[in-house]
Amino acid sequence: MYLTDEEKAMLDGKEGPAVQKAMDLLVRYGEALGAERLARTSNVCTAVAISSGLMRDYADKYGFDALFSEFSLDSQEVVEVPMVKTHACQLITGFDAAHWQQMGGTPERVQQIKELEAYNAGIGIQLMSTCTPYQVGNIPVKGEICAWMESSAVVYINSVLGARSNCEGRESTSAAMLTGRIPYWGYHLDENRKATDLVEVELEVESMMDWGLLGYYVGMVVEDRVPVLNGIRHVPNSYRIKHFGASAASSGGVEMYHIPKYTAEAESVEQALGFKKPKNVFKYGKAERQKAYDRLNLSAKNPNVDFIMLGCPHASIEQVWEICKLLKGKKINSGTQLWVFTPRAIRDLADRNGYTKIIEEAGGYLMSDTCPALGQVLPPGTKVVATDSAKQAHYLPAIMGIECWFGSLEDCINAAITGKWSGELK
Amino acid sequence: MKKIVLHGRKVVGGCAEGEALVTRQTISGWGGINPMTGTIIELDHEIRGQSFKDKVLVFPGAKGSSGWSVYFHIARVAGAAPKAMIFNVMTTKAALGAVVSHAPTVTDLDQDPLDIIETGDWVKVDADNGIVEITKKNG
Repeated sequence: MYLTDEEKAMLDGKEGPAVQKAMDLLVRYGEALGAERLARTSNVCTAVAISSGLMRDYADKYGFDALFSEFSLDSQEVVEVPMVKTHACQLITGFDAAHWQQMGGTPERVQQIKELEAYNAGIGIQLMSTCTPYQVGNIPVKGEICAWMESSAVVYINSVLGARSNCEGRESTSAAMLTGRIPYWGYHLDENRKATDLVEVELEVESMMDWGLLGYYVGMVVEDRVPVLNGIRHVPNSYRIKHFGASAASSGGVEMYHIPKYTAEAESVEQALGFKKPKNVFKYGKAERQKAYDRLNLSAKNPNVDFIMLGCPHASIEQVWEICKLLKGKKINSGTQLWVFTPRAIRDLADRNGYTKIIEEAGGYLMSDTCPALGQVLPPGTKVVATDSAKQAHYLPAIMGIECWFGSLEDCINAAITGKWSGELK
Repeated sequence: MKKIVLHGRKVVGGCAEGEALVTRQTISGWGGINPMTGTIIELDHEIRGQSFKDKVLVFPGAKGSSGWSVYFHIARVAGAAPKAMIFNVMTTKAALGAVVSHAPTVTDLDQDPLDIIETGDWVKVDADNGIVEITKKNG
Protein backbone atom coordinates (compact mmCIF):
# COMPACT_ATOMS: atom_id res chain seq x y z
CA MET A 1 0.00 0.00 0.00
CA TYR A 2 1.27 3.48 -0.90
CA LEU A 3 2.08 5.69 2.09
CA THR A 4 2.93 9.41 2.01
CA ASP A 5 6.04 10.62 3.84
CA GLU A 6 3.86 11.85 6.69
CA GLU A 7 2.20 8.43 6.96
CA LYS A 8 5.57 6.66 6.81
CA ALA A 9 6.79 8.89 9.65
CA MET A 10 3.78 7.85 11.75
CA LEU A 11 4.52 4.20 10.97
CA ASP A 12 8.15 4.73 11.99
CA GLY A 13 7.06 6.00 15.39
CA LYS A 14 7.90 9.71 14.91
CA GLU A 15 4.60 10.64 16.57
CA GLY A 16 4.94 8.20 19.45
CA PRO A 17 4.04 4.57 20.07
CA ALA A 18 0.21 4.88 20.02
CA VAL A 19 0.21 6.59 16.60
CA GLN A 20 2.75 4.00 15.41
CA LYS A 21 0.45 1.15 16.49
CA ALA A 22 -2.53 2.92 14.91
CA MET A 23 -0.72 3.30 11.58
CA ASP A 24 0.49 -0.31 11.74
CA LEU A 25 -3.12 -1.47 12.19
CA LEU A 26 -4.29 0.72 9.29
CA VAL A 27 -1.58 -0.71 7.02
CA ARG A 28 -2.46 -4.32 7.94
CA TYR A 29 -6.15 -3.54 7.48
CA GLY A 30 -5.63 -1.62 4.23
CA GLU A 31 -3.57 -4.47 2.79
CA ALA A 32 -6.19 -7.01 3.87
CA LEU A 33 -8.78 -4.98 1.96
CA GLY A 34 -6.52 -4.57 -1.04
CA ALA A 35 -6.62 -0.75 -0.69
CA GLU A 36 -4.02 1.18 -2.66
CA ARG A 37 -3.66 4.10 -0.28
CA LEU A 38 -5.07 5.86 2.76
CA ALA A 39 -7.55 8.74 2.69
CA ARG A 40 -7.62 11.71 5.01
CA THR A 41 -10.53 11.95 7.40
CA SER A 42 -11.44 14.33 10.18
CA ASN A 43 -14.79 12.83 11.20
CA VAL A 44 -14.68 9.62 13.23
CA CYS A 45 -17.35 7.81 15.23
CA THR A 46 -15.98 5.08 17.43
CA ALA A 47 -16.83 2.95 20.43
CA VAL A 48 -14.23 2.99 23.16
CA ALA A 49 -16.56 1.17 25.48
CA ILE A 50 -16.75 -1.84 27.72
CA SER A 51 -19.29 -3.98 25.93
CA SER A 52 -18.64 -7.42 27.36
CA GLY A 53 -17.72 -9.11 30.61
CA LEU A 54 -14.37 -10.05 29.19
CA MET A 55 -13.53 -6.38 28.52
CA ARG A 56 -14.77 -5.39 31.98
CA ASP A 57 -12.40 -7.86 33.60
CA TYR A 58 -9.59 -6.80 31.25
CA ALA A 59 -10.01 -3.13 32.18
CA ASP A 60 -10.17 -3.97 35.90
CA LYS A 61 -7.02 -6.02 35.71
CA TYR A 62 -4.83 -3.99 33.36
CA GLY A 63 -6.30 -0.44 33.13
CA PHE A 64 -7.73 1.70 30.34
CA ASP A 65 -4.54 2.18 28.32
CA ALA A 66 -4.24 -1.61 28.13
CA LEU A 67 -7.93 -1.90 27.19
CA PHE A 68 -7.45 0.70 24.44
CA SER A 69 -4.19 -0.88 23.25
CA GLU A 70 -5.67 -4.36 22.86
CA PHE A 71 -9.28 -3.71 21.87
CA SER A 72 -8.90 -0.44 19.95
CA LEU A 73 -5.46 -0.81 18.34
CA ASP A 74 -4.85 -4.59 18.32
CA SER A 75 -1.61 -3.89 20.20
CA GLN A 76 -0.59 -6.40 22.83
CA GLU A 77 2.04 -3.91 23.95
CA VAL A 78 0.43 -1.32 26.23
CA VAL A 79 0.82 2.18 24.80
CA GLU A 80 -0.08 5.51 26.35
CA VAL A 81 -2.90 7.07 24.33
CA PRO A 82 -2.47 10.73 23.31
CA MET A 83 -5.12 13.34 22.37
CA VAL A 84 -6.92 12.29 19.19
CA LYS A 85 -6.32 14.25 15.96
CA THR A 86 -9.84 14.26 14.50
CA HIS A 87 -13.34 15.12 15.58
CA ALA A 88 -14.28 11.87 17.31
CA CYS A 89 -17.63 10.85 18.77
CA GLN A 90 -18.42 8.02 21.13
CA LEU A 91 -21.13 5.72 19.78
CA ILE A 92 -23.52 3.62 21.84
CA THR A 93 -22.08 1.98 24.94
CA GLY A 94 -23.00 -1.02 27.04
CA PHE A 95 -24.74 0.62 30.00
CA ASP A 96 -26.87 3.54 31.19
CA ALA A 97 -25.26 4.66 34.43
CA ALA A 98 -28.29 6.86 35.22
CA HIS A 99 -30.47 3.71 35.37
CA TRP A 100 -28.01 1.27 36.86
CA GLN A 101 -30.51 -0.17 39.31
CA GLN A 102 -33.11 -0.97 36.62
CA MET A 103 -30.32 -2.47 34.53
CA GLY A 104 -29.16 -4.71 37.33
CA GLY A 105 -25.79 -2.96 37.64
CA THR A 106 -23.64 -2.31 40.69
CA PRO A 107 -22.09 0.88 42.07
CA GLU A 108 -18.69 -0.60 41.09
CA ARG A 109 -19.78 -0.88 37.48
CA VAL A 110 -21.10 2.70 37.50
CA GLN A 111 -17.76 3.82 38.89
CA GLN A 112 -15.85 2.00 36.13
CA ILE A 113 -18.07 3.57 33.45
CA LYS A 114 -17.58 7.07 34.87
CA GLU A 115 -13.83 6.50 34.94
CA LEU A 116 -13.82 5.31 31.32
CA GLU A 117 -15.89 8.36 30.33
CA ALA A 118 -13.32 10.61 31.98
CA TYR A 119 -10.55 8.74 30.13
CA ASN A 120 -12.36 9.15 26.78
CA ALA A 121 -13.10 12.82 27.39
CA GLY A 122 -9.44 13.26 28.34
CA ILE A 123 -8.26 12.04 24.94
CA GLY A 124 -10.79 14.24 23.13
CA ILE A 125 -13.70 11.90 22.38
CA GLN A 126 -17.13 13.59 22.47
CA LEU A 127 -19.36 11.60 24.85
CA MET A 128 -22.45 11.40 22.64
CA SER A 129 -22.95 7.74 23.60
CA THR A 130 -25.54 7.07 20.94
CA CYS A 131 -25.93 4.98 17.80
CA THR A 132 -27.31 8.14 16.12
CA PRO A 133 -24.65 10.91 16.29
CA TYR A 134 -26.41 12.53 13.32
CA GLN A 135 -29.40 13.26 15.63
CA VAL A 136 -27.29 15.18 18.11
CA GLY A 137 -24.89 17.31 16.12
CA ASN A 138 -22.49 15.24 14.04
CA ILE A 139 -24.03 15.71 10.60
CA PRO A 140 -21.41 15.08 7.91
CA VAL A 141 -21.68 17.07 4.69
CA LYS A 142 -22.16 15.51 1.28
CA GLY A 143 -18.88 14.08 0.02
CA GLU A 144 -17.13 14.16 3.40
CA ILE A 145 -14.92 11.10 3.97
CA CYS A 146 -15.78 9.70 7.39
CA ALA A 147 -14.66 6.73 9.44
CA TRP A 148 -17.75 5.63 11.28
CA MET A 149 -18.83 2.37 12.76
CA GLU A 150 -22.42 1.45 13.70
CA SER A 151 -24.14 -0.03 10.66
CA SER A 152 -27.38 1.96 11.11
CA ALA A 153 -25.46 5.24 11.25
CA VAL A 154 -23.16 4.45 8.31
CA VAL A 155 -26.08 3.58 6.03
CA TYR A 156 -27.81 6.81 7.11
CA ILE A 157 -24.91 9.18 6.44
CA ASN A 158 -23.98 7.48 3.15
CA SER A 159 -27.48 7.33 1.73
CA VAL A 160 -29.49 10.16 3.27
CA LEU A 161 -26.66 12.69 3.63
CA GLY A 162 -24.24 11.62 0.89
CA ALA A 163 -21.22 11.40 3.21
CA ARG A 164 -18.66 8.70 2.41
CA SER A 165 -17.95 6.04 4.98
CA ASN A 166 -17.43 2.34 4.97
CA CYS A 167 -18.82 0.37 7.85
CA GLU A 168 -15.73 0.56 10.02
CA GLY A 169 -14.96 -1.31 13.22
CA ARG A 170 -13.73 -0.36 16.65
CA GLU A 171 -10.06 -0.88 15.80
CA SER A 172 -10.09 0.99 12.47
CA THR A 173 -12.01 3.97 13.87
CA SER A 174 -9.68 4.18 16.86
CA ALA A 175 -6.67 4.12 14.54
CA ALA A 176 -8.35 6.74 12.33
CA MET A 177 -8.87 9.23 15.14
CA LEU A 178 -5.21 8.95 16.18
CA THR A 179 -3.85 9.35 12.63
CA GLY A 180 -6.51 11.20 10.61
CA ARG A 181 -6.37 8.38 8.05
CA ILE A 182 -8.51 5.44 6.89
CA PRO A 183 -8.01 3.03 3.96
CA TYR A 184 -9.37 4.58 0.74
CA TRP A 185 -11.75 1.86 -0.36
CA GLY A 186 -15.35 0.84 -0.99
CA TYR A 187 -17.90 3.61 -0.55
CA HIS A 188 -15.25 6.33 -0.76
CA LEU A 189 -15.12 5.70 -4.52
CA ASP A 190 -17.80 7.04 -6.91
CA GLU A 191 -18.21 3.78 -8.82
CA ASN A 192 -19.10 1.76 -5.72
CA ARG A 193 -21.89 4.14 -4.73
CA LYS A 194 -24.11 3.43 -7.71
CA ALA A 195 -27.10 1.11 -7.32
CA THR A 196 -26.68 -2.48 -8.46
CA ASP A 197 -30.15 -3.78 -7.61
CA LEU A 198 -33.59 -2.39 -8.36
CA VAL A 199 -36.47 -2.89 -5.93
CA GLU A 200 -39.92 -2.23 -7.41
CA VAL A 201 -42.09 -1.17 -4.46
CA GLU A 202 -45.73 -1.97 -5.16
CA LEU A 203 -47.17 -1.07 -1.75
CA GLU A 204 -47.82 2.21 -0.04
CA VAL A 205 -45.01 2.69 2.46
CA GLU A 206 -45.88 5.26 5.10
CA SER A 207 -45.59 4.32 8.78
CA MET A 208 -42.44 3.50 10.70
CA MET A 209 -43.50 -0.16 10.65
CA ASP A 210 -43.94 -0.05 6.86
CA TRP A 211 -40.44 1.36 6.46
CA GLY A 212 -38.95 -1.20 8.83
CA LEU A 213 -40.55 -4.11 6.97
CA LEU A 214 -39.45 -2.75 3.61
CA GLY A 215 -35.89 -2.29 4.88
CA TYR A 216 -35.83 -5.73 6.38
CA TYR A 217 -36.98 -7.34 3.13
CA VAL A 218 -34.56 -5.28 1.05
CA GLY A 219 -31.65 -6.42 3.23
CA MET A 220 -32.79 -10.05 2.96
CA VAL A 221 -32.66 -9.99 -0.84
CA VAL A 222 -29.89 -7.52 -1.74
CA GLU A 223 -27.53 -8.56 1.08
CA ASP A 224 -24.62 -6.10 0.93
CA ARG A 225 -25.26 -4.70 -2.54
CA VAL A 226 -26.64 -1.20 -3.27
CA PRO A 227 -30.39 -1.03 -3.92
CA VAL A 228 -32.45 1.70 -5.51
CA LEU A 229 -36.13 1.82 -4.62
CA ASN A 230 -38.68 2.65 -7.30
CA GLY A 231 -42.30 3.47 -6.51
CA ILE A 232 -41.92 5.30 -3.20
CA ARG A 233 -44.72 7.85 -3.16
CA HIS A 234 -44.48 9.29 0.34
CA VAL A 235 -41.46 11.18 1.55
CA PRO A 236 -40.22 9.46 4.71
CA ASN A 237 -39.37 11.61 7.71
CA SER A 238 -35.99 11.24 9.39
CA TYR A 239 -37.01 8.54 11.88
CA ARG A 240 -38.75 6.41 9.26
CA ILE A 241 -35.77 6.50 6.93
CA LYS A 242 -33.51 5.84 9.94
CA HIS A 243 -35.55 2.71 10.68
CA PHE A 244 -35.46 1.63 7.02
CA GLY A 245 -31.66 1.77 6.87
CA ALA A 246 -31.13 0.12 10.25
CA SER A 247 -33.42 -2.75 9.18
CA ALA A 248 -31.69 -3.26 5.83
CA ALA A 249 -28.30 -3.18 7.55
CA SER A 250 -29.47 -5.88 9.99
CA SER A 251 -31.04 -8.43 7.68
CA GLY A 252 -28.43 -7.87 4.98
CA GLY A 253 -25.38 -5.67 5.06
CA VAL A 254 -26.75 -2.67 3.20
CA GLU A 255 -24.43 0.33 3.66
CA MET A 256 -25.76 2.49 0.83
CA TYR A 257 -29.10 2.82 -0.94
CA HIS A 258 -30.95 5.27 -3.12
CA ILE A 259 -34.51 6.54 -3.08
CA PRO A 260 -34.69 8.93 -6.03
CA LYS A 261 -35.48 12.52 -5.04
CA TYR A 262 -35.32 11.72 -1.32
CA THR A 263 -31.75 10.56 -0.77
CA ALA A 264 -28.60 12.55 -1.49
CA GLU A 265 -27.20 11.10 -4.68
CA ALA A 266 -30.05 10.21 -7.01
CA GLU A 267 -32.68 12.23 -8.82
CA SER A 268 -33.91 9.24 -10.82
CA VAL A 269 -33.71 5.45 -10.88
CA GLU A 270 -31.56 5.61 -14.01
CA GLN A 271 -29.10 8.00 -12.42
CA ALA A 272 -28.92 5.87 -9.26
CA LEU A 273 -28.00 2.89 -11.43
CA GLY A 274 -25.31 4.91 -13.23
CA PHE A 275 -27.36 4.51 -16.43
CA LYS A 276 -26.68 0.77 -16.43
CA LYS A 277 -29.04 -2.17 -16.20
CA PRO A 278 -29.66 -3.47 -12.69
CA LYS A 279 -27.94 -6.77 -11.86
CA ASN A 280 -31.01 -7.93 -9.96
CA VAL A 281 -34.62 -6.79 -9.89
CA PHE A 282 -36.87 -7.54 -6.93
CA LYS A 283 -40.49 -6.78 -6.26
CA TYR A 284 -41.90 -5.71 -2.91
CA GLY A 285 -45.57 -6.56 -2.63
CA LYS A 286 -47.86 -8.08 -0.02
CA ALA A 287 -46.20 -11.50 -0.06
CA GLU A 288 -42.74 -9.97 0.43
CA ARG A 289 -43.96 -7.77 3.27
CA GLN A 290 -45.51 -10.83 4.91
CA LYS A 291 -42.22 -12.70 4.60
CA ALA A 292 -40.33 -9.91 6.39
CA TYR A 293 -43.01 -9.75 9.11
CA ASP A 294 -42.93 -13.51 9.64
CA ARG A 295 -39.14 -13.63 9.86
CA LEU A 296 -39.15 -10.78 12.38
CA ASN A 297 -41.73 -12.62 14.50
CA LEU A 298 -40.04 -16.02 14.07
CA SER A 299 -39.22 -16.44 17.76
CA ALA A 300 -42.53 -15.17 19.18
CA LYS A 301 -45.24 -17.52 20.49
CA ASN A 302 -46.26 -16.40 23.97
CA PRO A 303 -48.63 -13.38 23.92
CA ASN A 304 -47.84 -12.48 27.54
CA VAL A 305 -45.28 -9.72 27.13
CA ASP A 306 -42.83 -8.95 29.95
CA PHE A 307 -40.92 -6.12 28.36
CA ILE A 308 -41.43 -3.43 25.72
CA MET A 309 -38.36 -1.91 24.11
CA LEU A 310 -38.66 1.29 22.07
CA GLY A 311 -35.94 3.48 20.58
CA CYS A 312 -33.70 1.44 18.29
CA PRO A 313 -31.96 3.21 16.67
CA HIS A 314 -32.11 5.75 19.49
CA ALA A 315 -35.37 7.72 19.36
CA SER A 316 -35.54 11.29 18.12
CA ILE A 317 -37.37 13.88 20.22
CA GLU A 318 -40.29 13.54 17.78
CA GLN A 319 -40.52 9.82 18.53
CA VAL A 320 -40.34 10.43 22.29
CA TRP A 321 -43.19 12.92 21.91
CA GLU A 322 -45.27 10.40 19.92
CA ILE A 323 -44.72 7.79 22.63
CA CYS A 324 -45.82 10.32 25.25
CA LYS A 325 -49.02 11.14 23.35
CA LEU A 326 -49.98 7.44 23.46
CA LEU A 327 -48.91 6.96 27.10
CA LYS A 328 -50.17 10.14 28.75
CA GLY A 329 -52.52 9.42 31.63
CA LYS A 330 -52.21 5.66 31.21
CA LYS A 331 -50.51 3.05 33.37
CA ILE A 332 -48.56 0.16 32.02
CA ASN A 333 -49.40 -3.36 33.14
CA SER A 334 -47.95 -4.31 36.52
CA GLY A 335 -46.11 -7.31 35.08
CA THR A 336 -44.70 -5.43 32.09
CA GLN A 337 -41.71 -3.11 31.83
CA LEU A 338 -41.26 -0.32 29.29
CA TRP A 339 -37.84 1.10 28.40
CA VAL A 340 -37.45 3.85 25.82
CA PHE A 341 -33.96 4.67 24.52
CA THR A 342 -32.78 8.05 23.24
CA PRO A 343 -29.45 9.91 23.06
CA ARG A 344 -28.49 11.56 26.34
CA ALA A 345 -28.70 15.02 24.78
CA ILE A 346 -32.28 14.30 23.70
CA ARG A 347 -33.12 12.98 27.15
CA ASP A 348 -32.12 16.38 28.52
CA LEU A 349 -34.57 17.92 26.07
CA ALA A 350 -37.22 15.38 27.06
CA ASP A 351 -36.65 16.28 30.72
CA ARG A 352 -37.27 19.95 29.92
CA ASN A 353 -40.37 19.15 27.89
CA GLY A 354 -41.85 16.98 30.65
CA TYR A 355 -41.69 13.83 28.50
CA THR A 356 -39.46 11.90 30.90
CA LYS A 357 -42.06 12.55 33.60
CA ILE A 358 -44.94 11.33 31.40
CA ILE A 359 -43.10 8.08 30.65
CA GLU A 360 -42.14 7.58 34.30
CA GLU A 361 -45.68 8.32 35.55
CA ALA A 362 -46.97 5.61 33.23
CA GLY A 363 -44.44 3.24 34.78
CA GLY A 364 -41.70 3.25 32.14
CA TYR A 365 -38.17 4.67 31.88
CA LEU A 366 -36.48 6.97 29.38
CA MET A 367 -32.95 5.62 29.09
CA SER A 368 -29.83 6.51 27.13
CA ASP A 369 -26.27 5.45 26.30
CA THR A 370 -27.12 1.82 25.47
CA CYS A 371 -29.80 -0.60 24.25
CA PRO A 372 -30.84 -4.11 25.35
CA ALA A 373 -29.05 -5.85 22.49
CA LEU A 374 -25.77 -3.97 22.77
CA GLY A 375 -25.73 -3.84 26.56
CA GLN A 376 -27.10 -7.40 26.74
CA VAL A 377 -29.42 -6.20 29.45
CA LEU A 378 -33.12 -6.85 30.01
CA PRO A 379 -35.34 -6.41 33.07
CA PRO A 380 -34.85 -9.41 35.38
CA GLY A 381 -36.92 -12.45 34.41
CA THR A 382 -37.76 -11.23 30.89
CA LYS A 383 -38.89 -14.04 28.60
CA VAL A 384 -41.06 -12.24 26.05
CA VAL A 385 -40.17 -8.88 24.49
CA ALA A 386 -42.05 -6.60 22.09
CA THR A 387 -40.47 -3.84 20.03
CA ASP A 388 -41.18 -1.51 17.11
CA SER A 389 -37.58 -1.92 15.91
CA ALA A 390 -36.78 -4.46 13.22
CA LYS A 391 -33.11 -4.31 14.20
CA GLN A 392 -33.82 -5.14 17.81
CA ALA A 393 -36.29 -7.90 16.82
CA HIS A 394 -33.61 -9.33 14.54
CA TYR A 395 -30.87 -9.47 17.15
CA LEU A 396 -32.47 -9.84 20.60
CA PRO A 397 -33.75 -13.45 20.32
CA ALA A 398 -30.31 -14.66 19.21
CA ILE A 399 -28.34 -12.63 21.75
CA MET A 400 -30.60 -12.95 24.77
CA GLY A 401 -32.48 -16.20 24.11
CA ILE A 402 -35.90 -14.56 24.51
CA GLU A 403 -39.04 -14.48 22.35
CA CYS A 404 -39.60 -11.18 20.56
CA TRP A 405 -42.66 -9.64 18.90
CA PHE A 406 -42.24 -7.00 16.22
CA GLY A 407 -44.99 -4.52 15.37
CA SER A 408 -46.03 -0.89 15.27
CA LEU A 409 -45.52 1.67 18.02
CA GLU A 410 -49.26 1.45 18.75
CA ASP A 411 -49.05 -2.38 19.04
CA CYS A 412 -46.18 -1.98 21.49
CA ILE A 413 -47.90 0.64 23.65
CA ASN A 414 -51.07 -1.52 23.73
CA ALA A 415 -48.98 -4.47 24.87
CA ALA A 416 -47.36 -2.30 27.55
CA ILE A 417 -50.78 -1.31 28.91
CA THR A 418 -52.51 -4.70 28.67
CA GLY A 419 -49.54 -7.02 29.07
CA LYS A 420 -50.74 -8.91 25.97
CA TRP A 421 -49.49 -8.83 22.41
CA SER A 422 -52.27 -8.29 19.89
CA GLY A 423 -50.34 -6.86 16.98
CA GLU A 424 -50.85 -8.10 13.47
CA LEU A 425 -49.91 -7.18 9.93
CA LYS A 426 -52.78 -5.17 8.50
CA MET B 1 -6.18 -39.37 0.35
CA LYS B 2 -7.25 -36.91 -2.32
CA LYS B 3 -5.57 -33.51 -2.07
CA ILE B 4 -6.73 -30.33 -3.77
CA VAL B 5 -4.71 -27.12 -3.94
CA LEU B 6 -6.28 -23.68 -4.41
CA HIS B 7 -4.53 -20.36 -4.91
CA GLY B 8 -5.66 -16.98 -3.67
CA ARG B 9 -4.66 -13.72 -2.01
CA LYS B 10 -3.36 -13.18 1.51
CA VAL B 11 -5.63 -11.22 3.85
CA VAL B 12 -3.74 -12.00 7.05
CA GLY B 13 -0.35 -13.73 6.94
CA GLY B 14 0.72 -16.91 8.65
CA CYS B 15 0.17 -20.62 8.25
CA ALA B 16 -2.29 -22.89 10.07
CA GLU B 17 -4.20 -26.10 9.53
CA GLY B 18 -7.26 -27.77 10.94
CA GLU B 19 -10.66 -29.27 10.29
CA ALA B 20 -12.95 -27.20 8.09
CA LEU B 21 -16.27 -25.71 9.22
CA VAL B 22 -18.09 -24.63 6.08
CA THR B 23 -21.21 -22.50 5.66
CA ARG B 24 -22.81 -21.09 2.53
CA GLN B 25 -24.45 -18.36 4.61
CA THR B 26 -22.81 -15.07 5.56
CA ILE B 27 -21.96 -14.62 9.22
CA SER B 28 -22.89 -11.80 11.62
CA GLY B 29 -20.21 -11.02 14.22
CA TRP B 30 -22.03 -9.00 16.87
CA GLY B 31 -25.35 -10.75 17.48
CA GLY B 32 -24.34 -13.70 15.32
CA ILE B 33 -21.66 -15.42 17.37
CA ASN B 34 -20.90 -16.11 20.99
CA PRO B 35 -17.32 -14.83 21.16
CA MET B 36 -16.49 -16.73 24.34
CA THR B 37 -17.10 -20.11 22.69
CA GLY B 38 -16.96 -19.32 18.96
CA THR B 39 -20.49 -20.66 18.50
CA ILE B 40 -22.82 -19.39 15.76
CA ILE B 41 -26.01 -18.14 17.46
CA GLU B 42 -28.04 -16.43 14.69
CA LEU B 43 -31.57 -17.88 14.86
CA ASP B 44 -32.04 -19.45 11.44
CA HIS B 45 -28.38 -19.90 10.53
CA GLU B 46 -27.57 -23.24 8.93
CA ILE B 47 -24.64 -23.88 11.30
CA ARG B 48 -26.33 -22.48 14.41
CA GLY B 49 -24.91 -24.15 17.50
CA GLN B 50 -21.60 -25.11 15.89
CA SER B 51 -18.31 -23.52 16.98
CA PHE B 52 -15.46 -22.31 14.79
CA LYS B 53 -12.99 -22.48 17.66
CA ASP B 54 -9.79 -24.15 16.40
CA LYS B 55 -11.46 -24.81 13.02
CA VAL B 56 -10.72 -23.47 9.57
CA LEU B 57 -13.79 -21.32 8.96
CA VAL B 58 -14.93 -21.27 5.32
CA PHE B 59 -17.75 -18.80 4.60
CA PRO B 60 -18.99 -16.43 1.90
CA GLY B 61 -18.42 -13.23 3.88
CA ALA B 62 -19.51 -10.97 6.71
CA LYS B 63 -22.80 -9.23 7.34
CA GLY B 64 -24.59 -7.20 9.97
CA SER B 65 -23.32 -4.87 12.65
CA SER B 66 -19.99 -3.09 12.68
CA GLY B 67 -19.26 -4.97 15.90
CA TRP B 68 -18.03 -7.78 13.62
CA SER B 69 -14.35 -7.17 14.27
CA VAL B 70 -14.78 -6.66 18.02
CA TYR B 71 -16.53 -10.02 18.34
CA PHE B 72 -13.80 -11.86 16.46
CA HIS B 73 -11.29 -9.82 18.48
CA ILE B 74 -12.89 -10.95 21.75
CA ALA B 75 -12.95 -14.52 20.43
CA ARG B 76 -9.17 -14.35 19.91
CA VAL B 77 -8.54 -12.96 23.41
CA ALA B 78 -10.89 -15.63 24.83
CA GLY B 79 -9.06 -18.37 22.92
CA ALA B 80 -12.07 -19.14 20.72
CA ALA B 81 -10.90 -17.75 17.36
CA PRO B 82 -10.79 -19.89 14.22
CA LYS B 83 -7.39 -21.39 13.34
CA ALA B 84 -7.65 -19.92 9.86
CA MET B 85 -10.29 -18.32 7.65
CA ILE B 86 -11.25 -18.51 3.99
CA PHE B 87 -13.92 -16.23 2.55
CA ASN B 88 -15.11 -14.99 -0.83
CA VAL B 89 -16.53 -11.49 -0.55
CA MET B 90 -14.25 -8.75 0.76
CA THR B 91 -15.84 -6.26 3.13
CA THR B 92 -14.46 -3.95 5.78
CA LYS B 93 -16.04 -6.18 8.43
CA ALA B 94 -14.41 -9.38 7.18
CA ALA B 95 -11.02 -7.70 6.55
CA LEU B 96 -10.78 -6.01 9.94
CA GLY B 97 -12.21 -9.05 11.75
CA ALA B 98 -9.59 -11.26 10.14
CA VAL B 99 -6.78 -8.81 10.98
CA VAL B 100 -7.64 -8.61 14.68
CA SER B 101 -8.37 -12.34 15.00
CA HIS B 102 -4.73 -12.95 13.93
CA ALA B 103 -5.98 -16.03 12.06
CA PRO B 104 -4.16 -16.70 8.76
CA THR B 105 -6.76 -15.72 6.13
CA VAL B 106 -7.07 -15.90 2.35
CA THR B 107 -9.62 -14.72 -0.21
CA ASP B 108 -10.01 -14.48 -4.02
CA LEU B 109 -9.34 -18.21 -4.56
CA ASP B 110 -9.11 -19.55 -8.11
CA GLN B 111 -12.09 -21.83 -7.47
CA ASP B 112 -15.04 -21.26 -5.14
CA PRO B 113 -13.94 -22.80 -1.83
CA LEU B 114 -17.59 -23.34 -0.91
CA ASP B 115 -17.90 -25.78 -3.81
CA ILE B 116 -14.68 -27.65 -2.94
CA ILE B 117 -14.36 -27.68 0.84
CA GLU B 118 -16.80 -29.57 3.05
CA THR B 119 -17.12 -29.53 6.82
CA GLY B 120 -14.72 -32.08 8.22
CA ASP B 121 -12.12 -31.82 5.45
CA TRP B 122 -8.56 -31.15 6.64
CA VAL B 123 -7.45 -27.74 5.38
CA LYS B 124 -4.00 -26.16 5.46
CA VAL B 125 -3.90 -22.39 4.89
CA ASP B 126 -0.52 -20.95 3.92
CA ALA B 127 -1.71 -17.36 3.78
CA ASP B 128 1.71 -15.82 3.11
CA ASN B 129 1.83 -17.68 -0.20
CA GLY B 130 -1.92 -17.65 -0.78
CA ILE B 131 -2.09 -21.46 -0.89
CA VAL B 132 -4.92 -23.61 0.47
CA GLU B 133 -4.37 -27.38 0.59
CA ILE B 134 -7.45 -29.53 1.13
CA THR B 135 -7.46 -33.18 2.16
CA LYS B 136 -10.95 -34.57 1.62
CA LYS B 137 -12.38 -36.53 4.53
CA ASN B 138 -14.04 -38.85 2.02
CA GLY B 139 -11.13 -38.94 -0.38
